[in-house]
Amino acid sequence: MKVVLQHLTKIFPSRNKKDAGAEVVAVNDFNLEIPDGKLIGLLGPSGCGKSTTLFMISGLQEPTAGKIYFGDDDVTKLAPENRGIGLVFQNYALYPHLTVQQNILFPLQNLKGEKRLSKEEMLARTEQVAKLVQIDEYMNRKPSELSGGQQQRVAIARALVKMPRVLLLDEPLSNLDARLRLQTREEIRRIQRDTGITTIFVTHDQEEAMSISDFIVVMKLGVIMQTGKPQWVYDDPANLFVAKFLGAPPINMFAGMVRGGKLYIGEEAVMDVDGAADQEVYVGIRPEGFILDRAGSLTCKVSGIDVMGRDISVVSTHENSLNPVVRSIISADGIKSITGDTVRFSLKQHKVFLFNKETEARVYFGEQVATHEAMIAEMAAEGQVYAAHEGPLPREADDKDKPAAAKEKKSKRFGKKRAGSQDHADSEEKR
Amino acid sequence: MKAKSKKRNQWKAWLYLLPMIILLLVFTVWPIINTVRIAFLCRWDPDVGAIVGYDYQTSMLENVHYQFGINNFINVFAAGNSFLTALGNTMLLTVLTVPISTMLALLIAVALNSIKFLKKFFQTVFFLPYVTNAIAIGMVFATMFGMIWPSPAKPPTSVGIINTIIEAFGGHYVNWIDRGSSYWANIAVLVTYIVWNALPFKILVLLGGLQNVDKQYYDAAKVDGASRWRIFWRITVPLLSPMIAYVVITGFIGGFKEYTSIVGIFGEDMGPYGAPGKLNTMVGFIYDSIPHNQGKASAAALILFAIIFIVTMINMYVSKKKVHY
Repeated sequence: MKVVLQHLTKIFPSRNKKDAGAEVVAVNDFNLEIPDGKLIGLLGPSGCGKSTTLFMISGLQEPTAGKIYFGDDDVTKLAPENRGIGLVFQNYALYPHLTVQQNILFPLQNLKGEKRLSKEEMLARTEQVAKLVQIDEYMNRKPSELSGGQQQRVAIARALVKMPRVLLLDEPLSNLDARLRLQTREEIRRIQRDTGITTIFVTHDQEEAMSISDFIVVMKLGVIMQTGKPQWVYDDPANLFVAKFLGAPPINMFAGMVRGGKLYIGEEAVMDVDGAADQEVYVGIRPEGFILDRAGSLTCKVSGIDVMGRDISVVSTHENSLNPVVRSIISADGIKSITGDTVRFSLKQHKVFLFNKETEARVYFGEQVATHEAMIAEMAAEGQVYAAHEGPLPREADDKDKPAAAKEKKSKRFGKKRAGSQDHADSEEKR
Repeated sequence: MKAKSKKRNQWKAWLYLLPMIILLLVFTVWPIINTVRIAFLCRWDPDVGAIVGYDYQTSMLENVHYQFGINNFINVFAAGNSFLTALGNTMLLTVLTVPISTMLALLIAVALNSIKFLKKFFQTVFFLPYVTNAIAIGMVFATMFGMIWPSPAKPPTSVGIINTIIEAFGGHYVNWIDRGSSYWANIAVLVTYIVWNALPFKILVLLGGLQNVDKQYYDAAKVDGASRWRIFWRITVPLLSPMIAYVVITGFIGGFKEYTSIVGIFGEDMGPYGAPGKLNTMVGFIYDSIPHNQGKASAAALILFAIIFIVTMINMYVSKKKVHY
């Protein structure tokens, strides 16, 4: 089922009537077309409106403005149970007093009229879904007797048993430990492939989103920053935020300047940037974009080397770096050529991204222009619409107080567990 | 070293507990033991304060000293109908009021939990009976249900507010609690009063339980398409079942100890004018027995304890099967 979101907006009114300005725009004019049968990751830091978007699609929250279509049906005003969705909550929300089987049966037992199945059909359906998510051995257990990953699968089974048109997952992996996380995300991918149900999932973990999504939507402060295939978004970020948000270890940022077709970091001309106009820029260099080169133009002071087996990570400093350290990942063979306390790098063109200092929008140069256009064309061929945000965000000016209010509101709405995980997300974001 | 310090700490703990333990021993444990002792002592005479072989029932002197037996229990049942009346009244009131007050409390708690406007105000309103004196509420109820009726031959000169309302709707006044009132009219008034009195605590407990239920269960149920009714029965009630079990068990215990409500409405005669003891309860029977026969009172108290114990055991057994997680 194709899902179309048009001008979707959610404004939470201010709690304090006197201070009408304190309302929170959680989702701001959100436009997105999700092709049938795809797995979409909504990705962004906490407070970016990704969960709100998901809850609006589910019908649990009503949009302030905008429309939601499933296929050709306008479902904006429909109640959640009439939309044909399956929703998996962050903490699963399995009914603790019901067994696994009863939990999965629950949505079927609510069906009325023509849709109602006979008891045998219900049980057969339950069995079938349980097999799909591989929990059919635990049918008579209570949720408390299951591990986190098993509970997760029960929650997915419960969401799938009604054969929803759209499956929604809210931070499906954040309550699992690292090993289970890897396993479960593969599992989600497999289940989605097997069923072919259009699936939207929300996460703040870029690795998670990148690894299983057909395409990702990066959000910030309620606005889409960029959409696209994970690898494309990584290789071709449309703005400073996306470049910084994706990638582990994170991208290295420098203050730089374009003058006469050359890129300067400090006084060093590090690279030719044909086609870029003279301007002050942020220079983003992916850790894998450095080449050890005695004749290289970027000189850094080495402060340490992290050995990671196949690769090594050179930790160094540069006076124009905007991060405390410059982190570069190079092949382990290079370790021999690092002598003394400085190291010189030359740069891979396609791993260097320039962003205008004022607007934070991408400045394309050289071959990047063609690559970018080819990508948009390819996306269009697959029926996807490329969207990217350029220029400053409407809410960025008063960034300081508003997201805090939004967070407070959210944690109030979703109870303790959620608030806890959001704190976790916050700390992750700071890192 | 470690064991030694542990021992010393234990000493300290016992020291801090000592005042409370002494008080409990003097005012709770000893009276309980003594009640059992007295209950099984034959021919206890309160005037002498010991067994002197004076048989209260037959007024015959016998030289039996400190003999244990079940004589007092026989006396309880020999008290004739007054014990059976008390037992019957107690059972009836408990069986009627516990389910009614629990259901009402559940409905009110769910309603209170779902409103936003004036929530705190209504919480306070529903909690008020809890902090009001039970005898005072009883007197108010007596006034509301009672009537001024100088002569049984003539209609009453004035009726209470309940009858006024009944008459306003075209009904005929009911003799709720006055001379010659019927048993079921009395019981209806008592049930109303007891339920009213029991509600606040139950609402408080259930509301507390409701506020601890994760909202996501309701969101999940909504997405799953459950109707309100099904959400109530399949989600709210099971998730609240530990709280419900708690209020039911404490409700039964409180019900078997019912006494003040009857005193509040009917006075110490435990019945409408002209029919004293008609509405007596177990606790009332025990109180009545104390002045003239402590042995009988103690025996009755033990019987009451046994009933409460058995009913609570049944309650626990049922709730173990029905209370989830």
